[in-house]
Amino acid sequence: MFDDLRDLYQEVILDHGKNPRNFGRPAAFNRTARGDNPMCGDKIAIYLTVGEDGTIQDLHFDGRGCAISQASASLMTEILRGKSMKEAEALFGYFHDMCTKDEDEQGDHGPLDEDATDKLAVLSGVREFPMRVKCATLAWHTMNAALHGEATTSTENASF
Amino acid sequence: MSDLLNPTLGNAPYDVMRVRQDFPILTRLVHEKKGRAGKPLVYLDNGASAQKPRAVIDAMSHLLENDYANVHRGVHFLSQRSTDLYEAVRDKVAKFLNAPSRENIVFTRNATEAFNLLANSWGGRFLKAGDAVIISWMEHHANIVPWQLLRDRIGITIKVVPVLDDGSLDMAAYEAMLTPEVKLVSITHASNVLGTVNPAARIARLAHAKGILVAFDGSQAAVHQPVDVQSIDADFYVFTGHKLYGPTGIGVLYGRKELLDKMPPWQGGGDMISTVSFENTTYREAPYRFEAGTPAIVEGIGLGAAIDYVSALGMSAIQAHEQRLLAYATHRLSEIEGLRIIGTAPDKAAIISFTMDGIHPHDIGTLLDRGGVAVRVGRHCAEPLMDRFGVGATARASFGLYNTEAEVDVLVEAVQACKAFFG
Repeated sequence: MFDDLRDLYQEVILDHGKNPRNFGRPAAFNRTARGDNPMCGDKIAIYLTVGEDGTIQDLHFDGRGCAISQASASLMTEILRGKSMKEAEALFGYFHDMCTKDEDEQGDHGPLDEDATDKLAVLSGVREFPMRVKCATLAWHTMNAALHGEATTSTENASF
Repeated sequence: MSDLLNPTLGNAPYDVMRVRQDFPILTRLVHEKKGRAGKPLVYLDNGASAQKPRAVIDAMSHLLENDYANVHRGVHFLSQRSTDLYEAVRDKVAKFLNAPSRENIVFTRNATEAFNLLANSWGGRFLKAGDAVIISWMEHHANIVPWQLLRDRIGITIKVVPVLDDGSLDMAAYEAMLTPEVKLVSITHASNVLGTVNPAARIARLAHAKGILVAFDGSQAAVHQPVDVQSIDADFYVFTGHKLYGPTGIGVLYGRKELLDKMPPWQGGGDMISTVSFENTTYREAPYRFEAGTPAIVEGIGLGAAIDYVSALGMSAIQAHEQRLLAYATHRLSEIEGLRIIGTAPDKAAIISFTMDGIHPHDIGTLLDRGGVAVRVGRHCAEPLMDRFGVGATARASFGLYNTEAEVDVLVEAVQACKAFFG
């Protein structure tokens, strides 16, 4: 019945959705933000440890949401560990474009870690499901808010 | 059991297959794509908005092609014709609710606007700081936020009747809440999430015994069962057209005449005035003083046609049909392991909210949609209720007069496939 949904729900997503990595509030962190999708009820919190040199040394998340939002958050925590703030922002821009724009309209986000972009590709299926884009991008918006010292973000903000 | 579930048996034969032919959209396929056959639409999102019968679509087109002009204004032929048709809808609504008179019926944009009218006009005039309004834990945001806006403006308090674990209203708690500072009880007649049908007559009787007025949100109830505002003794009753198989943009506030007569206008403009000068303006009598500006004429005609349509089928017959579907769907869904139905009150409208172990409602919604099944997922504009039951969201199947047992089977099959997919 759901064969073509395998593009959206790839095995990696189902795996991360069921067994999210870096899940739970850590004992120590120095930046945090909450993200909220009032349309579907998803809530997420991101906990970052950012070093003095601006490197993301550690990151975790908790909250509840659909398989897409949980998997996206889980993958993000794996990808961003050890990245600089600048790299994190560039990957956010790349990921946002990947979820919302056709390939020929996606912007140039500079040189990116290919391992990271390969991992993110499993979420490219959301492009065909406009109602689900915010599920995939909520964690990234929340991470971005935490990086920039904002306490909360919501999918109903204009920047989404 | 099977006799009970078969709509062709029993006292009132209800030919649902014949009824379905009246709804053009029900023949379409969804998710049709090159190389992929489409799925027949199984529309179970009637609680959000219902589909429209040909009679409604035709009535609106016919007006636009033959009888359209502005109402209440012109002396010309079409204006008179349009006015007659539009005002006849007020009579139809009055009859539909068994209101004493057409003058009990105020047209609004939707149920939300009806509550805003009530809060602003009645609340703004008759409530003062320290007064209280009772709502319930199962309210739609439309019957929460207008009272909060009023609270922030004039300092009323809002008291919330709790909901029991099965989704019933806590009537003992309600009774204890009817204290002297309470001036209005504003409660839903049927919950859009739980399906619970509240004991409206009893709610009103208890409030009236203390001299407290009662308003009901009939957005769901008026669609699923006969409503008699006099028998339940409602002071105000609200419903919306688009859930009753009519168009969007038209809703209704029923009010007892002596209450409406004392209420001030809440929006000013054309159509609601008697005389206007720069020094002094006088307003028309109720209900017209609450209807400023050119109304939703075409939508009003559509609502009239919708009321004609459901009345011809009979609200009792519709209710009986939907209750059979509810019983069958509840039975089938309950058999699925890991599926939890939220809302199991004894008296329910045909609405089933559910969650599934380990599968988020949003994922359920996407998968069911691929099977052609349209359900609502999320918070259903009832966030406090979601918190009450400890769920962030639910999936909701809400049934209408055209749904069938075969469609329940498709729903169940899709839910089972969903479970296997994520299993």
